[in-house]
Amino acid sequence: MKTEARNTHNPLEPARARSRGVSMNPDLQELTRLFPPSRLLCKPGELAPYESDALTAFRARPLAVVLPESHDEVVATVRWCVKHRIPYVARGSGTSLSGGSLPIEGGLVIGLNRMNKLLRLEPQERIAVVQPGYINLQVSQAAAPYGLYYAPDPSSQPVSTIGGNLAFNSGGAHCLKYGMTSNHVLAARVVLPDGETVELGSESPENIGPDWLGLFVGSEGLLGIATEITLRLLPKPETYHTVLAAYDLLAKAGDAVAAVVASGLLPGAMEIMDSLAIEAAEAAVQAGYPKEARALLIVELEGEVPQVEAEARHLDEVIRGSGAYEVRVAQSAEERMKIWKGRKAAFSAVGRLSPDYIVQDGVVPRSKLGQALQEIERLSERYGLRVANVFHAGDGNLHPLILYNGQVAGEFERAEELAGEILRLCVALGGSITGEHGVGMEKKAYMTEMFSEADLAAMQRIRRALDPLELSNRGKMFPGGEAPALKHSGPHPLEQSGVISRE
Amino acid sequence: MTADALYPTSPAEVQEAVRSHPRVLPRGGGSKPALSTPREGQAVLEMSGLSGVLEYDPGEYVFVARAGTRLSEVEQLLAQNGQYLPFDPPLVEQGATLGGTVAAGLSGPMRQRFGGVRDFILGVQFVDGEGNLVRGGGKVVKNAAGFDLPKLMAGSLGRLGILTELAFKVFPLPKATATLQIPFPGLEAALEALYKLAGSPIELYALDLEAPATLVLRLGGLPEALPARLERLQLFLSKSGEVLQGEGEAQYWRNLNPLNLGGGYLVKVALTARQIPALEKALGSAPRRYMSAGNLLYLAWNDALERLEALLRSQNLSGLVLKGATPRPQIGIDLAHALGRKVTAALDPQGRFSPGLP
Repeated sequence: MKTEARNTHNPLEPARARSRGVSMNPDLQELTRLFPPSRLLCKPGELAPYESDALTAFRARPLAVVLPESHDEVVATVRWCVKHRIPYVARGSGTSLSGGSLPIEGGLVIGLNRMNKLLRLEPQERIAVVQPGYINLQVSQAAAPYGLYYAPDPSSQPVSTIGGNLAFNSGGAHCLKYGMTSNHVLAARVVLPDGETVELGSESPENIGPDWLGLFVGSEGLLGIATEITLRLLPKPETYHTVLAAYDLLAKAGDAVAAVVASGLLPGAMEIMDSLAIEAAEAAVQAGYPKEARALLIVELEGEVPQVEAEARHLDEVIRGSGAYEVRVAQSAEERMKIWKGRKAAFSAVGRLSPDYIVQDGVVPRSKLGQALQEIERLSERYGLRVANVFHAGDGNLHPLILYNGQVAGEFERAEELAGEILRLCVALGGSITGEHGVGMEKKAYMTEMFSEADLAAMQRIRRALDPLELSNRGKMFPGGEAPALKHSGPHPLEQSGVISRE
Repeated sequence: MTADALYPTSPAEVQEAVRSHPRVLPRGGGSKPALSTPREGQAVLEMSGLSGVLEYDPGEYVFVARAGTRLSEVEQLLAQNGQYLPFDPPLVEQGATLGGTVAAGLSGPMRQRFGGVRDFILGVQFVDGEGNLVRGGGKVVKNAAGFDLPKLMAGSLGRLGILTELAFKVFPLPKATATLQIPFPGLEAALEALYKLAGSPIELYALDLEAPATLVLRLGGLPEALPARLERLQLFLSKSGEVLQGEGEAQYWRNLNPLNLGGGYLVKVALTARQIPALEKALGSAPRRYMSAGNLLYLAWNDALERLEALLRSQNLSGLVLKGATPRPQIGIDLAHALGRKVTAALDPQGRFSPGLP
């Protein structure tokens, strides 16, 4: 089939090429030698789905989209981009919340969804080797028969790909104890921005020499494209103990988290939702949360049965002393899933309360959570915009949802401004502008809040050493550069339908 | 000390030292002489003047310290608050520093539970090869902003920058621990048990293999749950082994920390459990200990280093010499690649951190 496609689309036949709508750019004709028409998208209708990612406020029209099916095709594509100086972005399912997979206007999108194979699963060695388009949740599903799982669990996990998770060092609800994606990737085969292939890392979690793989993970597509990724699998915990506590004050829930930490317990997850988020979650999935609560705290212990039973007694004491007016403990796997369902759906559910919203991802030291939330409340009043709060309390990762109506003139801009103030607040409190969504397009202007000129210059030097033309995901992470069309838009279609949610 | 030793007491003085010397080598406590002995033309930067914990709030599970701070000082401070360094670095009493531990990329037996040094480093400040002071990462437990320069520095041996300040995540120390030593009739049986344990939900703080065929397992957690867990562990393996508890148990692990395995070179090897059978055949009588389910090996080598080099190559392994004189501490298979070369050149364009002659 490939040969036939090649023959059919001889680049020397401009008439044929024109009929496919590629006559606009003669360079593209060279790509027709590499990809059959079904995997080289150039028509406006074909390109439309790729114009945006889950940060729908940004939109850009790519020159074309290619859908490689092999490492060699990725190499050939990157070499083509270098030859013609065409910027490109590699893309998985496009669930980035920071605009990380937004196309570069007039650039190429390298869609990796067709490289979606599980290449190797070795239960005994507790590793899985996947292509970048393999879906996060599928890793755990494939590993489940062996009592293993893949720990990083971003809320996008039913859809988001391992390649995208790796590029953005995705997080989830269990990062305090288990770390982020970068703590679970052992090795990667990487196509560098000049088309050369390198192997980073090994099957061992130990390493000799600089941790090049550590640098590559989370580099947001600026340092290359991973085409084969080795993941570390963990044994599934023997048991869980999931507690839901309701409070009449948000501050009490925050204090409860501090008390849990002070007790020496290390829960797998600690999550807080405020009243607006609770209202939304209830309306959406009827998780059975106490609706009148001002704040809900979810704490989950996991591990060996005797240990979890003993920890549960300590946790119970801490929670009872924290002023919770209602405490529920999941008595079954179903009850546990119900508690988590409300939490995981909270973001998309907020769509029911407001036509539009922006989600932020700042991090503050855990002890500053209360202060941050008070400040956010004050800002919310000042801007006249409602803010719902859902956050990973265990690691201080806030997710304020700024509600606005894009149809009201100026409201989107106001929401953006409020979001910016929250990011600056997080940095001022000693935290970070992003815990897990990445910088991407959205937060690049805030990098200077967190890093000095010298810091950013060093990162740029690393980037330019590998990509002197700045082709690979040009315009992301670093401040400056041309801004794409910024416009108000609704939620991601998958999010609207509840398939994915924003962590 | 060499005649050229410098004693910077601030990041600015490190910058100045880098700018004014064609070749520099940072040295912390000198506990890994193979990595901190200068070659001709290298000026030594004694980092002991950049010492001290700068920030520590136990409630955050985070601390920030100068790179020359000794591990012993950090561990003492953490222990006062019921916390510890989960990657369990070796050579604590030998004077190892935070900076040296990161630069060498060293972890110990308890890395089994939560991960190694690269998994716990959150933030870094370093001086690059042109004397710029650069920060990467942050001081919160979750952060995705910018390139992960902290991880890059783990194992960098001072070739990418001179570490001046580091931020780490820490965890609560288990309130009680117990250790089980189980001898097996042979390597095969020991490895079978090792695999069985590593794939099970049993949470071990250490899962060591002592050559030839003894597993050493460490449990940690709440004291009231420990007896039941110990019993379950014995049942799981159908072996009762020898149980260590209390002060004797703590002492057993403290005794291992200096890695006093035997005479000659001290070498770290990164590997996986499946490489052990072939390696065991090749290693002969060299004193050694496998840690973290067979992913980390420390070994003493009392023979020509070239022989070990060839041996590691034949097993497709790489190693790092920590003690013993050698001009080239990284041995075994060649790990060089384009990304490494280019990033090194970006951070140290004039080769100030490269050990070769100018």
